[in-house]
Amino acid sequence: MIKSAVSAKDLRHSYGTKTALAGVSLEIPKGSIFALLGPNGSGKSTLFRILSTALLPTLGDAWIDGISLRENPYEVRKKLGVVFQSPGLDGKLTVRENLVHQGYLYGLGGAALRSRCDLLLSHLGLTDRAGEMVSTLSGGLKRRAELAKGLLHQPSVVLLDEPSTGLDPGARLDLWRYLTTLRESEGLTILVTTHLMEEAEYCDKIAIINEGKMIRTGTPRELKADVGGDVLAVKSREPEALRAQIQEKLGTPSRLVEGQLLIEHKEASKFITKLIETFPGLIEAVTFRRPTLEDVFIHHTGHEFWSPVPEVKKAGKHG
Amino acid sequence: MVKGFFLAAYSLWLREMKRFYRQPSRVVGAVASPLIFWVLIGAGLGESFSTGETGQGYLEYFFPGTLLLILLFTAIFSTISLIEDRREGFLQSVLVAPVPRAGIVFGKILGGTSLALCQGLLFLIAAPFMGVWLDVQGWLLVLLILLLNGFAMTGLGFYIAWKMNSVQGFHAVMNLLLMPLWILSGALYPADGAPAWLQWAIRLNPLGYGLSALRQALYANDPVSDYLPSFGVSIFVITAFGFAMLFFSSRAASRRSAEDLK
Repeated sequence: MIKSAVSAKDLRHSYGTKTALAGVSLEIPKGSIFALLGPNGSGKSTLFRILSTALLPTLGDAWIDGISLRENPYEVRKKLGVVFQSPGLDGKLTVRENLVHQGYLYGLGGAALRSRCDLLLSHLGLTDRAGEMVSTLSGGLKRRAELAKGLLHQPSVVLLDEPSTGLDPGARLDLWRYLTTLRESEGLTILVTTHLMEEAEYCDKIAIINEGKMIRTGTPRELKADVGGDVLAVKSREPEALRAQIQEKLGTPSRLVEGQLLIEHKEASKFITKLIETFPGLIEAVTFRRPTLEDVFIHHTGHEFWSPVPEVKKAGKHG
Repeated sequence: MVKGFFLAAYSLWLREMKRFYRQPSRVVGAVASPLIFWVLIGAGLGESFSTGETGQGYLEYFFPGTLLLILLFTAIFSTISLIEDRREGFLQSVLVAPVPRAGIVFGKILGGTSLALCQGLLFLIAAPFMGVWLDVQGWLLVLLILLLNGFAMTGLGFYIAWKMNSVQGFHAVMNLLLMPLWILSGALYPADGAPAWLQWAIRLNPLGYGLSALRQALYANDPVSDYLPSFGVSIFVITAFGFAMLFFSSRAASRRSAEDLK
């Protein structure tokens, strides 16, 4: 049996009386890219913090390369490269100084540290910027420097919290290209948290987390297959009435999400015609689409990914 | 583990130094305000302050206290950055590194101590005008005592800053705890003239021992020293206090809690 790079068993965490994680288990095989997908307040950041050893779970444990983070956080930390969403760089230091500082924290020094710094600076296109103060860099360059920092000590598992926050689409593409290369060349295991559906599609496996629970884990393809066929989004002036009538006359269930009726159907293209012919006055527009991960999310939770989950603002802080 | 401890401490100390000289306003802030205190309070109170048979003027009496205040301000400014480090995320990435937390705490405290020492030395330029005449050994002793005082106060500052989640909160503590501690150190007036309850407060105040050591090192033969705790006790108390603060700070920093992640 191949040992998992990351495994977690029944992780639970509460902030006071508020439950953030209600029993999460996961297995991430070595050399794979794994996404934790969930809206703000879903518990994914709490899970991230626990896996990064910043936070001790109330109950349960997780293992990095088989080492318990409850019992031996010190050894776990050596194996982990962590890039938090909030900047871990010191703006008053130069890019290189930040990297050297990071190297010292991970026990590197001398020529070995210098060559690691040079290598990462060049990989991430930061060689020309090495002497600049971090505070003067653009958002995209800062993220690259963060990544260099997280990879400096050659971790076997990298945790990235919302890695493409503040990146333009081009930079996001570069980031993912780089992560994929790393996985191939160094056998790195990568875990990202994201709320971006299109980002999750780059990953080998996705776990959807909602209200502190893992509601589905699988490859992007498997997850999309959960949705029964393709998806029709129907706009109507009276969506409630239309929903009842579709159920009654055609026997097809649908969901009302954010004012739109969503219908999952195996033969959606044919169903469109039927729909329009049956309810000529009630339908304003119908959109056909292949299922996206967003549809998967709606399929499992019944609410839209972006819809306001209760207490989003408050929970977002610990989220 | 041991190597990790010292490398981490060194790295955080180095960072503290770099940040300090890249922000010149901090250098000015930490020296200028005590200097103003010293001149305004010292010169103003000078005439009303009976120095009795000690032969010391008030500016001289107030000199070690001002020095202590400079150390305190520097210690506060350097530990207050801990709150920013936490808010901005820098601390978070340090805390997930494989280093003993005591190394992180030690580096940060050592950084503050070094800065306090530098600022204190800057102010000591005025010493010869304040009747301080010392040989090389005497100066080395003063240096050591400044170091111990800086270490104790930075340790105290670290412990408080670790528990705080806002700079405003730290300012409140500064006004309610740190400034009274300084006033009750014997910086402004000697203990023996104060009412009994105040004398007790002064006796219980660790900073009082730090100041006592400093005063005796600067003015070895001055009769005002007769009322102070002995030199040995003074050194012992302030040193022990410094290490106690290092211990409590390290212990507080070793817990993995949600509080670290604000």
